[in-house]
This record gives sequence, C-alpha cells and structure tokens, in this order.
Amino acid sequence: MIRRNKYTKSVKPIFTTGIWMALVLIISGCDTDETQTVATFNNLIMSDEFDTDGAPNSAIWNYDIGTGQNGWGNNELQYYTDRPENVTVQNGVLIITAKQESFEGSSYTSARLLTKGKFQQTFGRFEARMRLPYGQGIWPAFWLLGDDNNGTEIWPQIGEIDIMEYVGDEPTRVFGTVHGPGYSGGESVSKSYVLDNDRFDTNFHVFGIEWGPNYINYYVDDVLYNQITPEDVPGEWVFNDGPFYIIINLAVGGALPGPPNTETQFPQRLLVDYIRVYNNANN
Amino acid sequence: MKNIKFKFSYVVSLLGFLSITFVGCERELSDEAVFATFSNAPEIFSDSPVGMGSDFYFPFAGSKATAWTVDESEGYNSDASMRFDVPNANDPEGNYAGAIFRIDGAGRNLTGFNALTFWAKASRGVTIGEMGFGTDFLENKYVVIANNVNLGTNWSKYIIPIPDPSKLINERGMFSYAAGTQETDGFGYTFWVDELKFENLGTIGQPRPAMMNGQDITETSFIGTVINLSERGLTQTFQLPNGINQLVSAAPSYFNFVSSNPSVASVDELGMVRILDSGTAVITSSIAGVESQGSLTIESLGNFNEAPIPTRDPANVISVFSDAYTNVPVDYYNGFFAPYQTTQGGAPPLDLGGGQVINYTQLNFVGVGTFLNVQSLDLTGMTHLHVDINVQEAIDPDDFIRLQLINDVGGNEISGDFTITGSQLSSNSWESFDVPLSSFNGLTVRNEIGLLFFISDATISNIFVDNIYYFRE
Repeated sequence: MIRRNKYTKSVKPIFTTGIWMALVLIISGCDTDETQTVATFNNLIMSDEFDTDGAPNSAIWNYDIGTGQNGWGNNELQYYTDRPENVTVQNGVLIITAKQESFEGSSYTSARLLTKGKFQQTFGRFEARMRLPYGQGIWPAFWLLGDDNNGTEIWPQIGEIDIMEYVGDEPTRVFGTVHGPGYSGGESVSKSYVLDNDRFDTNFHVFGIEWGPNYINYYVDDVLYNQITPEDVPGEWVFNDGPFYIIINLAVGGALPGPPNTETQFPQRLLVDYIRVYNNANN
Repeated sequence: MKNIKFKFSYVVSLLGFLSITFVGCERELSDEAVFATFSNAPEIFSDSPVGMGSDFYFPFAGSKATAWTVDESEGYNSDASMRFDVPNANDPEGNYAGAIFRIDGAGRNLTGFNALTFWAKASRGVTIGEMGFGTDFLENKYVVIANNVNLGTNWSKYIIPIPDPSKLINERGMFSYAAGTQETDGFGYTFWVDELKFENLGTIGQPRPAMMNGQDITETSFIGTVINLSERGLTQTFQLPNGINQLVSAAPSYFNFVSSNPSVASVDELGMVRILDSGTAVITSSIAGVESQGSLTIESLGNFNEAPIPTRDPANVISVFSDAYTNVPVDYYNGFFAPYQTTQGGAPPLDLGGGQVINYTQLNFVGVGTFLNVQSLDLTGMTHLHVDINVQEAIDPDDFIRLQLINDVGGNEISGDFTITGSQLSSNSWESFDVPLSSFNGLTVRNEIGLLFFISDATISNIFVDNIYYFRE
C-alpha cells in the first residue's frame, strides 16, 4: 500500500504540468493569430551568393576605409581597408578578416562593406548566412542604415536596424536592435537570442529580419525571436519611409565589446555564404 | 522509492535477457563481428557514485587518504555531493588531498561526449591545483588535467574539455584531483563537487592543440638523445560558452606526431623523440586533424663528441662523476633548489653511446650534493678539481661559469668559488679545467665538502659536463 501511494504521488504532478503546458500553448496560439503580422516576402530581388573568387562584386558593394570619426563613433580599434588580406571571396564564401598588424597608426585591420548608393530599399526580408568569428573584442555586425538624403539627415534620425550583432566572448548569443530618435546607443531597443547547446562560430547560421510597415521581425535560422513595432520604441518610428542600405563589417574593440585581450586569437574571420533580399511581389 | 528502483532494474535486466536470446537466434555474420562495446553512461556522481563499483578511490602517495567523503547535507540542487577536506600542511596523515576515481570493472566508452563537467564550490575562494580525468595508475594513456581551477564559495559549473573524444573507447579513469594549502598559508579547507558527469556540449569549440607550449623551438642534439615531449608542454585549448579559453594538459596519446625526417629523429605515439642520425628533423603534431601550435626542430650534430678520457692514477683521485673511475656516492647531480633554480638535466645523467654525461639546460645554478644521505668528501689530501665542460651555444665575453664548493653544509658552512670566464670556454667543444683547490677563494677548510655548484646566472644556459673529480699532484 505504501509503495503504491508513493508511486501515485510522483506521477500526479507530471500530469498536472502536462495539462498546463497544453493550455499555455493553446492560449499563446490565439495570441499569435490575433497580433502577429504574417510576412510574405518571397520575391527575391537582390542576392550575392559570393560564387566568384576575388574581390566582392563592385556592382553591389562599396567599402568604408580608415578609422572614421572616433573609431566609427564607437572607439573601434581597427583600420578598414579593401585589401584582399581583409576582404575577399573564396570557395563560395565572402571572407572578412580581422588582422593584428600595425597599419596607418592602427593596431588592427579589417573590412566594412556597404551597399550605399548601389542597393537601397524600404521594407523586405533581409537575410545572411554567416559563420561568426570569436574571442574577446571581436564585434561582427550585419545591419541596415537609413539613407541620409545627401547629408541632410543625421543619425539617429535616419534610423538603424541591426539585424545581427555579436561579441566574440559570448559565442552563443546574438542580438537584434533598432536605433532611432530618442532610442539610440545605450537606449536602443534590443533583444538577444541564445543558441541551445550550440555556438555561432562553429557552423553557419541564418540571420534575418522581415521588415514591413510598423513592424520588424527578427529571426535566427528557423526561430522568430522578436518583433519590434512602434509601440515598443520610446520615440518616432523612422522605419516606414526612406530606403535603407546594407552594411556588413567586422570590428575590433570599441565601446561595446571592449578591447581584445591576450587570449584573443588573430586573425579572425567572418564568413558569409550569402546575402539575400526579398520583397513582397504584391507591394 | 528504493523498492521501486529495484523493480525497474529487474524489468530492465529481463528485457536485456530477452534481447540477447533474440540476437542469439540470428545467424548473420555482421552481428557476430560487432566489436565489444563498453558502457556509455555519462554520470560519475549524482547523489552517490554511479557505476563506479566498490573499490574505486585511490589516493595519491603522501596525500591524506580520508580526504574524500559523500556529504549528505550539501549538494547542488540535491541532497548530497562529494566533499573533499584538504588537510592542514602539518597533518601527520598527509599534507594534501589528491586521488583518482577509477572504475572498479570495465571502462566506459566516452566517444559520445566532449567534456567532463561538474558543479563545485569551496569553503573559501581557493585555487585547486589539478582537476581532470584519465589517470588510472595503469597506462595513464589519456590523462587530461586542468591546472589551477578557481573555486568560489557558491556553486558554479566547471567544464574540462576532452582533447579528442574518439580515443576514449574504454576509459576507467573518471576523475582525478590534487589540492594543497600552498595558497592558504598551510591551512586546510573544504570543497564540494556535484553532478560530476561527461557531456556532449555544442557550446564549446575552437580547439587549439599545442606542443612545446605553442612555441617553435630549435635544439641541437646528438645521436642517442631521447626527448620526452610530454615534459615539454602538450596542451589542448577549447573556448567555453562564457568566452574563456580553457587550457588543459593532454597526454601524448591524444596527439598524432609527425617527424619531417624519421631517419634523423623518430617520434612515437607516446611523444618520445629519438635522435638517430645527423641532420635536421622537424617534429609537428595534431589532435583530431587540427594542427598544433608549436614545433620542435632537431639539429642533430651526429655522434656525441665525448670528453677526453682521464689518465690520472686512480690512487690519486676522488671521482664524483666519471666513467674512468669508481665514483663516490652522491645525493644528486641536480638538487632542483626551489624556487630560484631553473636548471634542468642531470637527473639522471644521459648516455649518448659513450658512457654517461650530464646535460644541464636552462642553467642558472645547479648543485651536486654529497651531504644528505652520503658521506661528505674529505678533500684535505687533494690539490685540484677537474671538470670538462662543453657549452652548447654561442658564448659572449661576459658569460661565465662559477664553480663553488661548500664545506660542512648546514653546519659551520664555509664556501669558496672560482670563476671560469667566457673566453676560457668553447662553443660545441670540450674544455678541460684543472683548478687548484687553493684558488677557491675563501675555502679555508675542505674536510667535509657537501656541495659543488655550477653557477652561470643564466649567462650560459646549456652545457654538457663530464669527468668531475678531485686529484692530488
């Protein structure tokens, strides 16, 4: 009798939990149907599959060169170049290499590619399949910046959509962020996504957004992990007008990740298998 | 609850019996040819030791054998953990704690895991000297040790990566540790380990094996020399999910060693490099296909050029180290005086084919002892010290080797020294010295000589020494 009692007790809570989980699932299912905007960006309008060895396609990509102002506004430590040592396409992959070397007064070199003036668009699905570098002070990013109308508008009014950012001392976590007026820099609106029992520097992963009027959905691989709408930002929503261009870069040091340390291995490489942009054929 | 557990195991064993009977009925060759497989269970300790058998705890020599217990009042999210009471340095039962946990029975197949993990905390913030696995007091083939593991006072998770899991098809050494009181002024402390198990973590990556501690080292050598790479820094490093690079020392059997010129220098799976001929050979290595940082380049000069053979009448000689005479007993040819001595070698001397010779490397100072357990030397009737020295590097004018003799070590010590200057030494060839004992400034008494020092203050780091003897003219 005693044995049977104990057995029953240990089983009962499991059943109860199971029922609760089922209930929660049903409820959240209703939630999703009511509020989430289902994206249907399946019309591919731009892609770079990086299938031609050598320099990246000049019809798509420009480069930022040098150290910008104040290390691109973040006290970053690298000098950006367009040399093959820092940016090249090999074996179907874009390789951005951060090197530790003395160059033009900087201690590191790397590369920053952008589509400004060559490919710009409002709304759509932007995604890249990438394998990230690793180590303290390593800061790769795949992001969008609003066109500045020939310098008549300035950041953060132009808007910034960070599709993927990552610091190399947290190899399991990426984060997606928007910057706009009243919510930029440290006050930006951001959410991170942590891989379950996996890392971003050992295999390729897909990073993307679905961006439409009054919403930006963030996903990694097949997991939608965030949606940002005008209700989520403490300021003007600046993502409904004006085209944005793509930036992909590998920074070293700077305010966010802090400087590399003696444990950081160089060179570090950001590998990009493809970048694809879709829009909605019905728009 | 216990009764229920027994019931389950009864069912499992019945099922096992049934399946074995079923397999027995099959007559296909492929089933017969399957390799014997070992348990792939991950747990070593959850609330009690798991699958370890009864006789599994083997303390290190000189450690306190009772340091380990199961603590029924502490645990990480549980009621029990492993408790290690590190003794005070003056504990007569042992001045440190250390042991291996070896399965009492067949080993485990760990090829499906990539790390040993556990939760741990300590009674005070402390650094544990060694934690690892693979030591089995048998072949010790796949030893892995993380040094200086920092424990805090609250539970934290620790990860010790496996350098190459594919090697571990039958491993009995599940856990090992060694903890002393060097950092705690000799006072003991307690640490706890719980949830000790092997895991397959997707969150560790970026393996970086290294040999020679990641350095590219070039060394001149001779036929007959044997170099043990496991004494020269074999490591594997993985990055943990918290961004920390975890380095572990790894046994040579995890490595694949290659010699660029096996007829000059061979290397075996235990990391033993043997110099076979003159020429150059580069030893490199890899773990699981990842090339190691660091290499060892051997520049073999061929046969070792032996020192000149002494010719003095043995009746007039007291010999400390020479194949030409009967040597007096010595305590050692290298006293390894901690903490300032860097000198390696001489323990034991080498035999490069022509008798024994001492090779001191990383020389700053080194002592030959005749005072601990052997009779000190009465040199009252002797007039000279003879020594042959062959310097294995370029010599600068300021370089020197100072000889120092100490009489009545630990008693009424009296010492004297004599300096050999760089200009008196030769690179890669022997120079013989007959130094009058009267030239050892300050050595007024020499009836109980207990130490002979070679002192270079690191101006000269690599020397061969032979034929150390005293004689009278």
